[in-house]
Amino acid sequence: MRLMGRDLVALLLFAGFAAVPLLANLLQDPFLLVIATRMLAFAIAAMGLDLVLGYGALVSFGHAAYLGIGAYAVTILMRLGVYDIGLHLLAGIAAAVVFAVGTGAVSLRTRGVYFIMITLAFSQMAYFFFVSFSALGGDDGASLPQRSTLFGHDLLENDLWLFWLALGLLIGLFLVCRAIVGSRFGRVLCGARENPQRMQAIGFVPFGYQLTAYVISGAITSIAGVLLANQAEFVSPALMNWHRSGELIVMVVLGGIGTLSGAIAGAVLALLLEETLAGFTQYWKLWFGLFLVGIVLFAPGGVQGLVARIKLQIGSRR
Amino acid sequence: MTNLFLLQLLNGAQLGVLLFLIAAGLTLIFGIMDFINLAHGVLYMVGAYVMASFAMLTGSFWLALGLTVPAMLICGLLLEFTVFRALYARSHLDQVLATFGLVLVISEGVKILWGSAPLTVPMPDLLSGSVGLIGPLKYPVYRLAILVVGLASALGLYVLITQTRIGMLLRAGASNREMVSALGVNVGRLFAMVFAFGAMLAGFAGAIVAPILSVDTGMGESVLILAFVVIVIGGIGSIRGAFMGALLVGVVDTMGRSFGPIVLRMIMEPAAAGQLGRTLAPMLVYILMAAILFARPAGLFGRRAE
Repeated sequence: MRLMGRDLVALLLFAGFAAVPLLANLLQDPFLLVIATRMLAFAIAAMGLDLVLGYGALVSFGHAAYLGIGAYAVTILMRLGVYDIGLHLLAGIAAAVVFAVGTGAVSLRTRGVYFIMITLAFSQMAYFFFVSFSALGGDDGASLPQRSTLFGHDLLENDLWLFWLALGLLIGLFLVCRAIVGSRFGRVLCGARENPQRMQAIGFVPFGYQLTAYVISGAITSIAGVLLANQAEFVSPALMNWHRSGELIVMVVLGGIGTLSGAIAGAVLALLLEETLAGFTQYWKLWFGLFLVGIVLFAPGGVQGLVARIKLQIGSRR
Repeated sequence: MTNLFLLQLLNGAQLGVLLFLIAAGLTLIFGIMDFINLAHGVLYMVGAYVMASFAMLTGSFWLALGLTVPAMLICGLLLEFTVFRALYARSHLDQVLATFGLVLVISEGVKILWGSAPLTVPMPDLLSGSVGLIGPLKYPVYRLAILVVGLASALGLYVLITQTRIGMLLRAGASNREMVSALGVNVGRLFAMVFAFGAMLAGFAGAIVAPILSVDTGMGESVLILAFVVIVIGGIGSIRGAFMGALLVGVVDTMGRSFGPIVLRMIMEPAAAGQLGRTLAPMLVYILMAAILFARPAGLFGRRAE
């Protein structure tokens, strides 16, 4: 019953996204489409992070690295003369898998604050790698010569096509994540979150499951990186700054952790909030930060927690 | 070559003691309260800004330093009272979110108060100039002073932790918080003290480094993450680990940046070696961290693998 409710939320979100091109047309505001595409990309990233953060209770503070890996896969392949988005996605995923297997195998040997610090440190390592890689633009980053091509056509030069591609990818990946979470693998992952000792006692070794989840999560996030690179037609290390990792966590928590649709809603909320605040003041990060501290101190659990508390209130009144 | 080596060794040790001042407070906070504080790096930055302002107001380096240290202590107490206190019992995720929020608030607040242009702090006359080491090799007095002050602080901390009653409580708290509380120690006060002390050390590091760096809002971030690496290498909650880890990270990072390209040039063509060296050098400390973790998941001096 609960799962169906969440699916409904996701369906509503997808329908809302699908209405954006119409709205942009009506309001004569092409910028809407740009924002919506960014929202879709970050929704994919947040959903990927939710797999480890929500279902594995592994607080990865380094997921921005995978955004960067996806984005730099586009840059590097374009320099080599490869323009097809399918290949860009494949390369991004492959690189993310390699990075995730290596760093995950080390990070997952530890727990708690260690895990947070180590994932953060590894993402900084990737960040500094690209900052000092002057051939790729170094700290300043570099523009892409064009957007990726789809089956040899430059369809994605049109913002509308890029938007539909991003929405298609989000829906597809949502179904994939949903299947993963509902599978036996997902159950074991949740079990290891609740009680690793007990899982081991009944014959599961959490490490392999957690590493697999971490790798899948990184691969999904790298897809978002490919989309973001195409959207901005510009790739710089700023994409993998540690603040970005923090923002991804914020998105997951805002919508409620361990609910895939929540991650999507959280990405939409967080970007809306950023855009709105940035419209009011150049120091929007101050208010965003205050908002975060306020959420944690006064409304733990984000939107999901709020809804749960309201439900509880209504329930107790009956 | 040996001169360059010695020079870089000194630079590395100097970075190491600065990292130690930041990591010492952080590792105690981690170890005793099991609390992840992302806002520790901004305290280092705030220390540098406060120092710059006091130096401007008083015109004296020494007076400014004397004012900055208690100011940072108060700053730490205030933060502990307003935000951190409510977070001890929360999950790591909540702590990450709230302290990340604080990082944003404090960084932007500093930008509003002091502007985004970098500030400079004049060097005190007493410590300006340089001193000859061996042969033609000269080294700035101020950098040597940082090294000496850092080492003295490390020694002071060591004595504080191993020889005093407060130190005993800290060590006890790091190994078993509940037991210390059950034995009648006011843990809340102990926590507040550790926090304020950590803030003071980080602010002090920011203040003494201000004359040799330009003071800007980004200075806390790279240092925070290096401090994390230091703590992970040294083992959470261990001051001795933080000291060894800080020196190791400081020296490896500095040496890697200057000698990486030189070493690579022996085995490949110069242009490629320069590029590869510059790219790989910043990754060296993280690779070192990964290697140490792989061998010892609890760090070099960590007592328990969690």
